[in-house]
Amino acid sequence: MQNAELNSSGFKKKRKERIDRGIKVRSSDVFALSSWREMLYLSAPRLLPIVGLLILSIVLSQYWQRVLLSVSVFALLAISWDILAQSGMVSLGQALFFGTGAYLAGNMNHYWGWPPYVTLPLATIFGGLLCTLFLIPVLRLRGIYFSMVTLVLPLMLVRIIEATKIFGGTEGLSGLDSLPNRWVEIYLVITVLLAALFGFRRLMNSDYGLVLKGINDNDRSVMNAGINIYWFKTQALFIAAAIGAFAGAFVTHVYMFVGMPVYALDYSILPIAAAVVGGMGTLAGSMLGAFILVPLSELLRGTGGLRIVFYGLFLVIFTVAVPEGIFHYIQRKYHQFERWVEVK
Amino acid sequence: MGSSSLLNVSGLYKNFGGVQAIDDLNFEIAGGELLGMIGPNGSGKTTAVNLITGFVKPTEGEIRYRGKNITGWPPYKIVRIGIARTFQMVKPFYQLPAYKNMIIPLYSPRVKKIVGGKYGDRDAVALDLLEEVGFERDAFVAYKVASVLPQGYLKRLELAKAIALQPDLIILDELFSGLSLAEVASIVPIIEKLRQQGKTIIMIEHRLKELFRIADRIIALNFGQKIADGQATEVMDSQEVKNAYLGSE
Repeated sequence: MQNAELNSSGFKKKRKERIDRGIKVRSSDVFALSSWREMLYLSAPRLLPIVGLLILSIVLSQYWQRVLLSVSVFALLAISWDILAQSGMVSLGQALFFGTGAYLAGNMNHYWGWPPYVTLPLATIFGGLLCTLFLIPVLRLRGIYFSMVTLVLPLMLVRIIEATKIFGGTEGLSGLDSLPNRWVEIYLVITVLLAALFGFRRLMNSDYGLVLKGINDNDRSVMNAGINIYWFKTQALFIAAAIGAFAGAFVTHVYMFVGMPVYALDYSILPIAAAVVGGMGTLAGSMLGAFILVPLSELLRGTGGLRIVFYGLFLVIFTVAVPEGIFHYIQRKYHQFERWVEVK
Repeated sequence: MGSSSLLNVSGLYKNFGGVQAIDDLNFEIAGGELLGMIGPNGSGKTTAVNLITGFVKPTEGEIRYRGKNITGWPPYKIVRIGIARTFQMVKPFYQLPAYKNMIIPLYSPRVKKIVGGKYGDRDAVALDLLEEVGFERDAFVAYKVASVLPQGYLKRLELAKAIALQPDLIILDELFSGLSLAEVASIVPIIEKLRQQGKTIIMIEHRLKELFRIADRIIALNFGQKIADGQATEVMDSQEVKNAYLGSE
């Protein structure tokens, strides 16, 4: 027995022990704010995205600032996807929300001459409503059936625009109003992104969010609790669609152009990849995923034709190495500490 | 009769693509009664419950609750007027802790209406309700994720979710199935207590011995038809019930 405790080099055998950190804020509403250390422990993860984005917006070159805009847009789409997924609706058509918002803003600006600060909020709200109306007929479908419809809708809309030549047809609408300058662009999108992240995280952790998650878990049981699940799903759909529509409207004014590419498959698939890589179910994970994948795609530009190969390879590596999602992994490590203990 | 009965089922038919699951079912239940529903497997007991609670639409027939025709209503509306049920196959929210499972029924419009606006701290109410059905507070079972709970606790959770809705009529679909004698013995007092509060209860049960001890009246189904209705002893003496369970020669 004595020998068993000693390994080959004569030291006592040790193993890693994982312990949850002592602050019990995660299990109750009582915050233990007794020391600066604990307050820092609690606030650091929340401050990180705020401070990080502010610093990035200042230090980045003009080119990478453009990339940051794109990252934020995809982060919004990923958050929107995550909200739907948490409510039991797996969407394969974020492009529907994105494109509808983009076209609404573009049309309002092009035909009626409304300025961006009017079109942005209107496109957000009406884009949300319009997409919700589109999808209400299929709200009763579950799982893959709902996904299929969401996948097909943007592809259909783009063909309608092509065939009927409305909204500028294949040419699109160009020469739209831009936002005043690049600083307005960047701080607008950062503000909306952070507001969406913290606001909807809070919402999903409330009792209201619990009902939405319950629908995902077991919709019959929620129905059996006297709750009209279709009404709740409609609300979740509106929230998600409005976020996506804002992203679309924003991009329209940044590029001063709206055309058929806004319904492209990229806007449907990349947010899902971001949510999977970053970690579903937290919104923060989806955002993190977008912050990894979009710059990665930019960095790989140098590799030319092999870009998509490397990109795919990274996706595989991420999902195999950290299947739970990067955010979940980091979160777990943050809330635990490890120490070596002797094996008795 | 009519006005004195809480629930009135008349001429109910349900056809599942050629299978006559419910075939001209008629029964009623008075307020405060505990009605037991028995029958061999596939006799249509659960279908009857699904029809009453709106999870399945009847092919024909009428269901009246407090004189109001509720045939074909969606489940959430039926819950709102005071009918709650448990599922034979428990349907908890597996990813959530037991007490968080309770938040969803507590969030329902019916509970909001009864309590008047805000419930206050739903977590506290949830823990109280769970303690009532036997989640010992000291053992912290209520904080465990539903997916790790044993069957006995899941059944209790199912019951607590129904009670949380403050229903007048509770339908328990094989609450005792899969439970040990001791577990059944510990749930019976909860049901007795519900009766004292004036709740009307329909129990579907295969555990006849336990059921007969608490039920006021028994109805027996076979092939979707009611074959007996009355006191436990009468029903068990009925030749048709014996044939249904044991087969006729």
